[in-house]
Amino acid sequence: MAALCVEELLARAEQPHRSVAVEKELELEFDLGNLLALDRNAPPSVPRAAGAQRESRLRSLARDNTQLLVAQLWGLPAGRAEGATGPLVAQLPEPSYRLPREKPLPRPRPPTRWEQFARLKGIRRRKRTSLVWDEAAKQWRRRWGYERAGGDPARDWLIEVPAGADPSEDQFAKRLRDKREKVAHNEFNRLRNIARGALPGRGLHPTGHQSRAELGRATQVARVSTASLGRFQPRLPKEPAAPPPGGGKKRHFEPLLGDLAAERSRQLELLRGLGSKKPPLDLTRAVNKQLREEDAQAAAGKGRKRGQRGKRGRQRPGGGKGPAGGKGKKGGVRRQQQRPAGRKRS
Amino acid sequence: MEALDRVVKPKTKRAKRFLEKREPKLTENTKNAILIKGGNANLTVTETLKDIYALKKPFAVLYKKKNITRPFEDQTSLEFFSKKSDCSLFLFGSHNKKRPNNLIIGRMFDYHVLDMIELGIEKFVSLKDIKNSKCPEGTKPMLIFAGDTFDLNEEYRRLKSLLIDFFRGPTVPTIRLAGLEYVLHFTAMDGKIYMRSYKVLLKKSGCKIPRIELEEMGPSLDLVMRRTHLASEDLYKLSLKQPKALKPKKKKNISHDVFGTSYGRIHMQKQDLSKLQTRKMKGLKKRPAAKMTEEDEGISPKKLKSV
Repeated sequence: MAALCVEELLARAEQPHRSVAVEKELELEFDLGNLLALDRNAPPSVPRAAGAQRESRLRSLARDNTQLLVAQLWGLPAGRAEGATGPLVAQLPEPSYRLPREKPLPRPRPPTRWEQFARLKGIRRRKRTSLVWDEAAKQWRRRWGYERAGGDPARDWLIEVPAGADPSEDQFAKRLRDKREKVAHNEFNRLRNIARGALPGRGLHPTGHQSRAELGRATQVARVSTASLGRFQPRLPKEPAAPPPGGGKKRHFEPLLGDLAAERSRQLELLRGLGSKKPPLDLTRAVNKQLREEDAQAAAGKGRKRGQRGKRGRQRPGGGKGPAGGKGKKGGVRRQQQRPAGRKRS
Repeated sequence: MEALDRVVKPKTKRAKRFLEKREPKLTENTKNAILIKGGNANLTVTETLKDIYALKKPFAVLYKKKNITRPFEDQTSLEFFSKKSDCSLFLFGSHNKKRPNNLIIGRMFDYHVLDMIELGIEKFVSLKDIKNSKCPEGTKPMLIFAGDTFDLNEEYRRLKSLLIDFFRGPTVPTIRLAGLEYVLHFTAMDGKIYMRSYKVLLKKSGCKIPRIELEEMGPSLDLVMRRTHLASEDLYKLSLKQPKALKPKKKKNISHDVFGTSYGRIHMQKQDLSKLQTRKMKGLKKRPAAKMTEEDEGISPKKLKSV
């Protein structure tokens, strides 16, 4: 009896240190493919837990959860890698927690024009040998490339003029031209095949990362995609007005025989301007405008060329003075030009 | 196949392999992360980035120089980095008076920002500060999320998804059971998120499953959620779309019961039971004379009963 009691005591003493059982209110959710466990129980939150106490609580919670996860992992079908003595390895299932992809799904490529034709005719791809027997060189040479069978056509020192060709035509240049055209044609077809693969509404779906120009194009396409091709589509408040139906012309000419009164008033206005002694160019305004432009340019230049200040800075005071002096001169010249016109008239 | 469809054709095999690695595929590569320092990043933030880089090696890139950008205002520089280094996860650390010890964790879809969550580091204990042996680099960690907030709150749910994406590592078909050395435990408690990393010690227990003892090992962070920039529902759904080719093919007409017995169903055409091919017993063959006697026998038993 005493021996049994002792055994019982020993077993009870050992157990808390070696048990793998964990009590939880709600079952954990496991995703073994990701080695993931989700615990939905509210954590034991103590309002003002001191640092060490909180750490110990967190650690015990972590230990319990890890024990449950490891129990699940040990329940998976396991085998021994590399024979009977290798490490114990478990087969993980597919990850079940859905995570977003990093790139969109790949679209299958549409068949090219040749592929469509081949499928229609039932032409299948023949496997070609990489080497070809060259009679002239009595050797196995590659089909194309360096030292090809049949010699490189571009390095021929002699080309026979074919029977029906013009004798004065340069055959070498013709060969070169033909090759260039063939390459260009091939490239054109390749790009056309790629363009065929692109979906028709390529730039039109909203992605959130479109430029102003792209959005403008998309709105234009949307406007025209109605049953009446956009004719009765109302404009948005700030959308610019529709361009004129005939296509806006750059220069507008008045009709030859139009408004006689307007023509008369226009001609009189012109004569009045010619006859007046006041110069049509307001010098002060012109000079001020020029000065303002120069200041704006100098400010922009200063912002850009901060590093080159040493060299340029010395030039600028000279440069600043130069145009001002020139302006004064120009104005004077203009003035002199106008006075003779006035004097002549009077 | 996509490398053949580019407008600019790659001229060398190496360039072609490079492009093929980066194009969209059915089963994708493991996501890489870039760890960036902001304009003014203090010691805490720098140490955090370095420690997380140590956890995520070799699927991470740590940028050494400071980059003066504000992810929440302008995402173009982040997208440029992501495109250059082909990384779809990022961690941006910065520090200023208004947002001290700031970490922005985010992910990309098609080289554009999908989700971004700003977290503040309240307390940080580095790998160096805890002096014990660490687990080897590149170990796949076990991830545990505790707390009901991770399911109830929408932002916490996205944060959980982001953290799983960030820390899970490569997807493997098999795993060595003795190599489960490392666990990352996230607890959502009192409005804060406590991240703790422990080294797992497998001790003997009575049964097959070992007893777990934990030893605090790696970086531990106390985080508080600040701003978020979550993707719209439809963009998120688009990014979650999986290719049909990867869906497991269901075997029809097979069912399993509780005891593990599998039942199959066979569908037959309608059978004419009178023309069934069965075993023929010569003694039971019908003879023309026997037919008449059968009729009499059929009637007489009734009579007998009445009597």
